[in-house]
Amino acid sequence: MSESQGSPTAAAERDTATADTAESDGSRAEAVETPLRVENLRKTFGGIVAVDDASFVVESGSLTGLIGPNGAGKSTTFNCITGAHKPDSGVVEFKGEAITGLRPDQIATRGLVRTFQIARSLEEMTVLENLMLAPKGQIGETLWRSVLPGARGQVIKQEEELRERVWETLEFFEIDHLAQQQAGTLSGGQRKLLEMARALMTDPDMLLLDEPLAGVNPTLERKLLARIHDLQAEGYTFLLVEHDMDVIMEHCERVIVMHQGSVLAEGDPSVIRHDERVIEAYLGEDV
Amino acid sequence: MGIVERTLSSRPSTDTLVVGFVAVVGTVLLFDLLARFAAIEIPLFWGMTFGGRTTFVGFAGLLWSGIVVGLIFGLAGIGLSMTYSILNFANFSHGDLLTTGAFTGWGAALLVAGWGLADAGYLLTVRAGSGPGPTEIGASVVSAPVAVLIGALVAALLTIAAALVIDRTVYKPMRDRGGIPLLIASIGVALILRYVIQFVYGSRNRGVTSTEGVRRDVLGVSINLHDLSLVIVAVALMLAMHLLLQRTKLGKAMRAMADNKDLALVTGIPTERVVQATWILGAGLAGVSGYLYVLERGTAEFNIGWFLLLFIFAAVILGGIGSIYGAIAGGLVIGLVHEVSLIWLPSDFNAAAAFAIMILVLLYRPEGIFAGVSTA
Amino acid sequence: MTDGSGSEPQGGEQSPGAEPPGDGSVRAVFDDMFGRIERSDVLIVATAMVAVYTLFTIFVLLRLGITTGTPNAIASAWRELTFLFAAYAMLALALNLHWGYTGLFNIGVAGFMAVGVYTMALLSTPADAISGQGLGLPLPIGVIGGMIAAALVGLVAAVPALRVRADYFAIVTLGLSEIIRLTLNSRTLSEWTLERFGFATGGGSGIDLPDRPTDALFDTAVGEALIELFVVEIGGEEVTLVAASVLRRFTWAVVMLAITVGFYWLLRRIGFSPFGRVLKSIREDELVAQSLGKDTRIFKIKVFMLGCALMGLAGILWQGSQGFVSPDSFRPIVTFYVFVAVIIGGSGSNTGSVIGALFFVSLLFLAPRRVGGIVDARLDLLDAPGTFAGAVDPLITVFNAEPMLAYAIDNISALQFILLGVVLILIVQYRPDGVMGHRTETAAAADLDRPNRGESDE
Repeated sequence: MSESQGSPTAAAERDTATADTAESDGSRAEAVETPLRVENLRKTFGGIVAVDDASFVVESGSLTGLIGPNGAGKSTTFNCITGAHKPDSGVVEFKGEAITGLRPDQIATRGLVRTFQIARSLEEMTVLENLMLAPKGQIGETLWRSVLPGARGQVIKQEEELRERVWETLEFFEIDHLAQQQAGTLSGGQRKLLEMARALMTDPDMLLLDEPLAGVNPTLERKLLARIHDLQAEGYTFLLVEHDMDVIMEHCERVIVMHQGSVLAEGDPSVIRHDERVIEAYLGEDV
Repeated sequence: MGIVERTLSSRPSTDTLVVGFVAVVGTVLLFDLLARFAAIEIPLFWGMTFGGRTTFVGFAGLLWSGIVVGLIFGLAGIGLSMTYSILNFANFSHGDLLTTGAFTGWGAALLVAGWGLADAGYLLTVRAGSGPGPTEIGASVVSAPVAVLIGALVAALLTIAAALVIDRTVYKPMRDRGGIPLLIASIGVALILRYVIQFVYGSRNRGVTSTEGVRRDVLGVSINLHDLSLVIVAVALMLAMHLLLQRTKLGKAMRAMADNKDLALVTGIPTERVVQATWILGAGLAGVSGYLYVLERGTAEFNIGWFLLLFIFAAVILGGIGSIYGAIAGGLVIGLVHEVSLIWLPSDFNAAAAFAIMILVLLYRPEGIFAGVSTA
Repeated sequence: MTDGSGSEPQGGEQSPGAEPPGDGSVRAVFDDMFGRIERSDVLIVATAMVAVYTLFTIFVLLRLGITTGTPNAIASAWRELTFLFAAYAMLALALNLHWGYTGLFNIGVAGFMAVGVYTMALLSTPADAISGQGLGLPLPIGVIGGMIAAALVGLVAAVPALRVRADYFAIVTLGLSEIIRLTLNSRTLSEWTLERFGFATGGGSGIDLPDRPTDALFDTAVGEALIELFVVEIGGEEVTLVAASVLRRFTWAVVMLAITVGFYWLLRRIGFSPFGRVLKSIREDELVAQSLGKDTRIFKIKVFMLGCALMGLAGILWQGSQGFVSPDSFRPIVTFYVFVAVIIGGSGSNTGSVIGALFFVSLLFLAPRRVGGIVDARLDLLDAPGTFAGAVDPLITVFNAEPMLAYAIDNISALQFILLGVVLILIVQYRPDGVMGHRTETAAAADLDRPNRGESDE
């Protein structure tokens, strides 16, 4: 993937490009057209309904945006999808399998990996350690293998293989110069990059990004968006919660609008932009 | 590591299980107790029996001593609960604040009660070394009520002074460091307090109060006046705390801070002043509790407070951290468990029973057994 | 704890540029056994040990001067130092696995030690012991049984407890450790188990323990030769420089030190592995670890059981090696001692735990008493007053500080605890990363540096 470091180009051009790759490179997109399906999701806290019968789908290989005013239930929806919260009712389906109510680690191992709104880097671990943590199927994560003299050789071998990918990923996100630093010393934007890099190291099918651009300076923002498009071109699917309307409208090919816990509208950015209800609920203030 | 989010789906099932278990055990014990009153005894296995012999008077005696120690746990628990919720850490030196109150208070009480009987150093150090015995000095509510009262005041004041000094030097510089560093620091404070007390007062377990004429017949029931004074003072202080928290501005500010520190900060509550008030109230109550505890048991040793600490924690946890009513109720429950369990358990297991209940509550109902009931 | 990158003077374990060229196969074997230990780490521990042992030699010389009894006193001092250093280093390493690596704030160390020691005793103490009674099984069975029992108690505690907050977890483990101690203290239980199963804890009066395995050495020719080695002739008189009893106990201390190296090796391997990496991530942010697909429950349970087993073993080697043990040896203060050791060294660092244990045992635990002994022996002080009041009186009336000094020396153990408390607070306030400062011990089995592609930007 290190070769595909393209600079951001015009949106239209990109859209056609991704459509092509998504169809030709079927390895990642697989046969399932809608990797993520959410149906009648509901979550209450005490008496407050945070998510109220939300239903939507995310199409394979797409870059879908999830927007809505504050308190619309975006983050709770995210948490319910990824297992941080247990939904009260409803179904979350990933690649045709119901994952409702599974633990976060079970969902992550199925290929659905998230990042956090406030970047949760493992502060007292180095950037390298952060990335090395992520890959699945590490044999050295079993206690005896990492201790016994005979088995440890294999562990080291696997680590050396992973190391290659880790450095490639660091270079891809252009944070390789920070490799040996403690994650806690990174700036907010760098942490966002680190989080995405780390999520990518798990070799996911789909990434859920919770406000990946919040608190990120414009230069880094461009860099991050470029990386997202590069990855989309490789066949990754993205669901992106974002506050910045312009970013969503410009970069996503599909937009889901949430309002007061349920899905208000769903569709093409150009359509959403002119949807009466959306303007009333959310855009009215901005546009 | 922060708060691990609880998995919701597993909660109801464990809860029902635990509640069911508690209900079954409670019912069995209740029937067993009734059988004991009726002097019915049915042998089971391994030498254990169902029922047995417990007189009603004996049971009432256990209930009474359960209430007496329970009030100590509860009174001391108020302060621990307040510091836990407002300052956000488990204060492991709280027990040693009790010891501080016990020794400073009784030093003053003995000085007043025994003035002229022995030199001031002997009396102030609560009979360290050799000199007149406790009966000769006569510190009791019967023979020297004023001395006992002065002692209680001194206990409160000096414990407050100690707590404020400790807060300024130890906790204040690390206010925002999180629960665990503060907890560790409080272990350091506990060691310092306990061994300063040992250095000054000596390590001997000594008799302090005079028990002559303390047991009286009140309305036909034989009652220890020291126990009675403890109950009266403890209940009065608890009522005072209730009024303070409910009726005063300070109390409201403290409740707000216990609920949400950041919010309190935003709404302009002067948090440092609330923190100080917390220490004053918490340490004052702790000092008096330690003092009353010695009044009740008659002897004092430098580690009495440390031995009480886990019981106080148990009371606070049972009642739900942050609630003073919870701490009082929790204290009574732990006190009663500690005493009444003697009917079924050998006396070397009753403390373990109280701790076991604390652990179970922490694991399965960390918000306290009275959660849901609205509290302060 | 947000030390900037500027405060990493050693740059941690993995800056191979600083490593001198390996001297062939010896170095390679060493690397394979221990992982990449910086020479600086070995050097730090070695230097500190030399310094501490020298200090204790000076203590003895100051107290006794040079007499025929001096060698024995030095050996005895070294023995005590080695014994306690090894004991606390093992416990600190085990606690560091729980707390430093995984963030499990376990303050029930004493309880898990007690489970190990008592299980060993119940299995291996002979049935004709004076206090307590065991099954008389071979010692290895007792030791392994003790470790398994400690691990199982850890499992029972861990399954429900690992989901609660850190401070609740602390109270739960402290409560558990007190329940264990009170249970072992129970006369009723002791009598009951004796009647049913033929073993007894002895309650408050404690339990006799099997002999140290090394003691058998001294019944052989090797042992006798060793004892003879320290008997010399001075001026036609036979003088025993080091008593046989000291040698006997010293031998055991050396064995413990060797086992400590084993502990270090094990925990080092765990720390420098993908397994250790997951532990660290749990400490930092458990939800992140879960969101990356790690089943953190399994890791926590495994690590808690392993740490408890090691605490059990450390307890057996320490409290279980002195012929007799009682529940009093497992008061919570022992746990706090271990915490002090870990905190001094900086939680999260294995080398730090060893250094912390060394400093705690030497400077905080043993030195005050040694210094007290020297003052007592050298300054011909008056008899100490029996009470604090008796010491204060001359101080304020005739400004005579000598009685107070004598009283302080007499009560040095109280002052030692006060010192301990002060040090604990100062470290938490000013050196939260421990006396060695922040250390980066990168959790990986392999060297993570950029594979050499000729574009290093360092």
